[in-house]
Formats: sequence, structure tokens, C-alpha cells
Amino acid sequence: MPRNEPTEGTGEWDGGRSPGRRKAVRYAVPVAVAGVAAATIGLVPAFAGSGSPDLPKISAQDLIAKIAKSDVQQLSGTVRVSTDLGLPSLPGIGGGAGGFGGAPGGGEKSKDGASAEPQSKLMELASGAHTLRVAADGPEKQRVSIVDKTAEYSLIHNGNEVWAYDSGSNTAVHNTAPEGRHGKQHRAPKDLPEDLKNATPQDLAKQALKAAGDTTSVTVDGTARVAGRDAYQLLIKPKQAASTVGSIRIAVDAANGVPLKFTLTPKSGGAAAIDAGFTEVDFAKPAANTFSFTPPKGAKVVDGDKERAKAQREHGKDFTSRKDMKDFKKDMGGLNVLGKGWTSIATIKGAGSGLPSGKDQGPGGDAGKFLDSLGDKVNGSFGSGRVFSTRLVNALITDNGTIYVGAVDKQALIDAADAAK
Amino acid sequence: MSQAEAVPRRPRPLWSLGLLRSEIGTTFRRWRTLALLAVLAGVPILVGIAVKIETGGRPGGGGGGEVGPAFISQVTNNGLFLVFTSLAVTLPFFLPMSIGVIAGDSIAGEAHGGTLRYLLVAPAGRTRLLLVKYATTLTFCLVGTLVVALSALATGALLFPLGDVTLLSGTSISFGEGLLRALAIACAVALSLVGVAAVGLFISTLTSSGIAAMATTVGLLITVQILDTIPQLDAIQPYLFPHYWLSFADLLRDPVYWDQLQKNFGLQALYAVVFGSAAWARFTTRDITA
Repeated sequence: MPRNEPTEGTGEWDGGRSPGRRKAVRYAVPVAVAGVAAATIGLVPAFAGSGSPDLPKISAQDLIAKIAKSDVQQLSGTVRVSTDLGLPSLPGIGGGAGGFGGAPGGGEKSKDGASAEPQSKLMELASGAHTLRVAADGPEKQRVSIVDKTAEYSLIHNGNEVWAYDSGSNTAVHNTAPEGRHGKQHRAPKDLPEDLKNATPQDLAKQALKAAGDTTSVTVDGTARVAGRDAYQLLIKPKQAASTVGSIRIAVDAANGVPLKFTLTPKSGGAAAIDAGFTEVDFAKPAANTFSFTPPKGAKVVDGDKERAKAQREHGKDFTSRKDMKDFKKDMGGLNVLGKGWTSIATIKGAGSGLPSGKDQGPGGDAGKFLDSLGDKVNGSFGSGRVFSTRLVNALITDNGTIYVGAVDKQALIDAADAAK
Repeated sequence: MSQAEAVPRRPRPLWSLGLLRSEIGTTFRRWRTLALLAVLAGVPILVGIAVKIETGGRPGGGGGGEVGPAFISQVTNNGLFLVFTSLAVTLPFFLPMSIGVIAGDSIAGEAHGGTLRYLLVAPAGRTRLLLVKYATTLTFCLVGTLVVALSALATGALLFPLGDVTLLSGTSISFGEGLLRALAIACAVALSLVGVAAVGLFISTLTSSGIAAMATTVGLLITVQILDTIPQLDAIQPYLFPHYWLSFADLLRDPVYWDQLQKNFGLQALYAVVFGSAAWARFTTRDITA
């Protein structure tokens, strides 16, 4: 009983189909699998994106009211934030995918462990894409974790305690919120850095609405599905031509009015400058232990209150870098806001010296050349200065040291400088 | 009775298991395989001793240091972290390199040694032989990963204190649960190597020189690793097989962050199917001359 079953071994000589055709048929299998996979990867997000659920019509005003009325206190979820402000990429920020060595935590880490201070982590959010896990249970309990490759940075606010834990350096920073502020202050204590709080869609949306007025058109622009929930899209467009902001889109949960996604597109087009949205959200009460934190054994614990006090004491004596900060603070005294709405421009009156220009001798000359390479030289009836541009914010620094900053185009800055003269 | 006579000629259901067993035996008895496993076991020992010398054995030292492999700052507090560090150190290169050697050698080595046709003379069938070879490679993935993990665990237990494990999120879990997570991580790492094993198997069917297949697989691995670090190529990076490798660290979060892990496993499965079927197409249609 000769068995022909394992045909693969002798199949070529079986006759019947030509070997060439058989070969082609077999090779079609991997190609087909790869093709199907590519099509699935390519098309599924497209379908998911175009999935605009059928929701009853709603006016922009009702939608804003819905947001304002929304009193969702409890939620947990994952937020994806990607920022592309067109800033030059700063060394040690957002990088760190070391080729073969395994990725280090999050980039730069200072030796004294102060990197676990919230402020230094925030800079990382200003560029690149980040994943945040957020959880909130009322105004007293919040938790934000920045998910890094092989590391995590957590901020836990519970009552009057604020902990920050950096797994990369195994450092915990403890801050205490002053007691007295509790009754009045509804929001988180100031120790929680504002910017990080702003990364949640809720606060971004609230700020955008605050900026609205007769300078802004607010419309409802269809529906969308965000994080598996039906949402209305609120479209906010500046009416002022000089603004660099193209549009702001806020996806608002149709059921409970929670903003789920915030997208800011610059007028110059391209990718969104800020894109923050839930990829996963759950409005159930998070587990209570989410907000409890005890510093792990072996972790270095930094008392943030003491550190700050120490820094303030040193502030007076220390004349190195602190002095610049002091000067800067003094300059901030001359802060002035011109215009209104989207085209408001902040002006900071300079001390007179301004930026070193290329003509100067000595080390200033090199600095001037370096600055020239970063900014464009502009002239106007105010004199001359340099414009530094990013995708969203432009800044004009005149030769006498006055700074004009705003989310407006270059010409608007020059006009403002001319008018101020 | 005539029926009974025919039965012994029919491949028994367990037949391919027997083939698999003999294949695994042959592979793991080779000196080359043992040397690879010894290298893999040596890496955690080296890392452990280096950390021990560097910090002088004082607990809590080395925290917040310079850029280093993941989790290394935690090793002095808890020897279990040496498992995670060692896997993070070996996963980018040592582990896939040894997989590349085993997978690249699987078919091409037999062809080179002139033994492939004898394997095919037995009523094994090419498809079944290919499956067995792939299964052997996957077994090596798991064994190699476990060797790294166990060697790291032994070294860590000898050199450093053991105890409660601090997760990335700052929560502490008991040592037993930490061991479970370490096992889960070892499995995740082994699964991360499924893709490169399939690529190696496919390359192995292309040539009759075992050395060429190994070198090509390892060279491809290095190339892909480099491509994965070039920021300008971020559009294609999610499709490169090493891209989500470090996602095993997500098992150390509280709660576990599954997103990247799922992407990793999906990608590895895709590579296994595409390159596995390509290897099948090539192997079942080519002339076996050696």
C-alpha cells in the first residue's frame, strides 16, 4: 500500500499541475497574508475615524452649557498627548530609546534626585507624544501617571498630600498643600503643576472657551467616536486673521458632557500642534487605593517643602543662575498685554541692553551669530529686532530688549511694536 | 488483518511529536546551543557583579544615576530587579542573536550537512518537518529566556536582598507576586522573539549554507534595530518587529498597561504567519539537492 500522502517530498514529479504554477500559488499565501494585514491596519483606523454616530442635533450654545453643567467627578482612563509646537528638540527630552542598551527612563536625570520634582518633568510633555494615565475622584483625589518606556512618573494628590514618584530614579517627592486653602480652593493645590493639569481634555476645553467672545466662532461640527464613546465635535475658530491658531476641535461626550479630545491645529496646516484625547475612559469610581501612596522601601524621599524653602533661602545669596531668574522676575514687572482675544500680545519691557547683536565684540558676538541663526532679523519703525518663530507662537525681541510674544503672525508683532513706539 | 498491516505505515498521531522530541534533543545536545545558553546565563552574572562593585553593596545607592539599562537603579534594593534588568539588556541583542543562530541553522544547516534529504526520506513531509523546526526554535526562545531569568534570579538572590517589589507606579507588591510577574515577563519576552524566529526560519529555507543563513538573520536584526532608532522613520517603525519589545515593562505597572503588549503580540503573530508561510512556500517547492 504505497502511500503518496507526504506529497511535498516528491510532488514536483507528480505531473498534473506544472511546478511553476504550484510555486506561484504557494508564494501567494504569504503575500496574501501580508496584504490582508496591511489592508486591515490601513483601513480599520480609517473606518473607525469615519464612524460618526447618529446623534440628535445640538446647538453650540447647548453643547457649551453641557460642558459647563457636566459634573463628572470620577473617571479613569488613558490619555494620549502629542505636542508638535515646532520647538527645536531639546537634548535629553523625550528621547532615550537607546538602540541596544534598552531605553533609559525618560532622558535627563540630575544626580541629586531633584528630577522627580514635577516641574522638571513637565518640560518633557512640551514635545513629542506621551501616554498619560489619569484617575480622579472628586476635587481631593487625583492621579496622573506619565507612562514612559520602562519607566513611569506618577503624581498623586490625595487631600493635602501630593506625592510625585519617579521610577527611573526611584525617587519620591513629597509636598504638603497648605491647610488653609482647602475651603476656598476647589481645584487641586498649586503644587500640582498647572501645565500637567492642563493636559487633561477638560481643562484645555475650559480654557479655550474662556478665550471665546466676539473674536471667535464656535460651531458644532458633526459627531465622532472617541475612546469608544459617542461625542459631539465643537469647532472653535478665531475670527482674527492675524492669529496663528487655525482651529480648535473639542470632542464632547454626548452623554455626560465631558470633553474627551482636544485638538489644536495651527493655521499653517500640517499636524495638530496639540492633540490630547482619551484613548480609553471609564466613568466609574476608581479604586480607592489608586490614590494612596506610601514611598516604597529603598526609594529616596525628597521633602519638596523643605527643598523649596532651602532654594528660597539660597535665592538671596546665590548669584549664579538664580540671579538671572531674579532679573527675569523683575522684568516681568513690565509685562503688558496688548490687543485682545486671539491676537493679544504680551509685551515685556526690556532693561535696555537687549540681545547681543552680531556686531558686538567678544563673546557676545558669537552669541549674536548664534541667535541670528535661530531668529529672523526684522526692521520696522520701532527699530530692529529678531523674530523667533514656532508653529504656534512667535516672539519679537527688539534690539533694545523689549519682547513681544503672542500666537500671532510676524507682521502683527511688528505692527504692535510700531504702535507701541 | 490486512488493515492491521497497513496501520504501522501510517504516521501515528504522535509521530510528529516524536520527531519534535528528537529534534529538540539534537538541538539542545549541540555544543553550539549549550555555548549560546552559557553566554545568555553569563550576562546577568556580569550585570549583577558590575552593579555590586559599582555601588559597593550599599543599598539605595546608584539611584538616579546616569543613563543605564532599565531598572538598574532598583537592583541594589531588590535582587528580583536583576531579572528585569537582564531581560532588558539581553532582549535587544543577545537573545535574538541566539535565536537567529538556531533558526538560521535549522533548515540550511541540515542542507549543508547533507542530512536534509534523509530527514525527508522518512515519511515526515516537508510541511511537518518545517513545523517541527519552527517549534524547536520557539522552544529555544522560551528556554533561552528562562535561562536568562533564572540565572538573574540566582545572581540577584546571592548578591542583593530580596523583598517586596516596587512597581513602576510606586506601589509595592509581595515578593511572591513579584515572582509571578517576573515569570509573566519572561513569557512576554519569549513571545517577543516569535517574529525573529520566523524570519530566521524563512532565511534558512533560502540557502544551503547554515553560516550564511545565520549571518543574514543576525545582520537583518541589527539593521532593523538601527532603523528603529532613526526618528525620521517613525512612520514605518510600528511595523518593525523589535519596535514593541520593551513593552514587557508594562507588566510592571499598576494596573498593567496592556496596550503596547497587545500590539507587540499582534505584530509577532503577523511576522510568524507571513514569514512562516513564506518559508513553507519556499521549502515545499524547492529542489532538495543536498
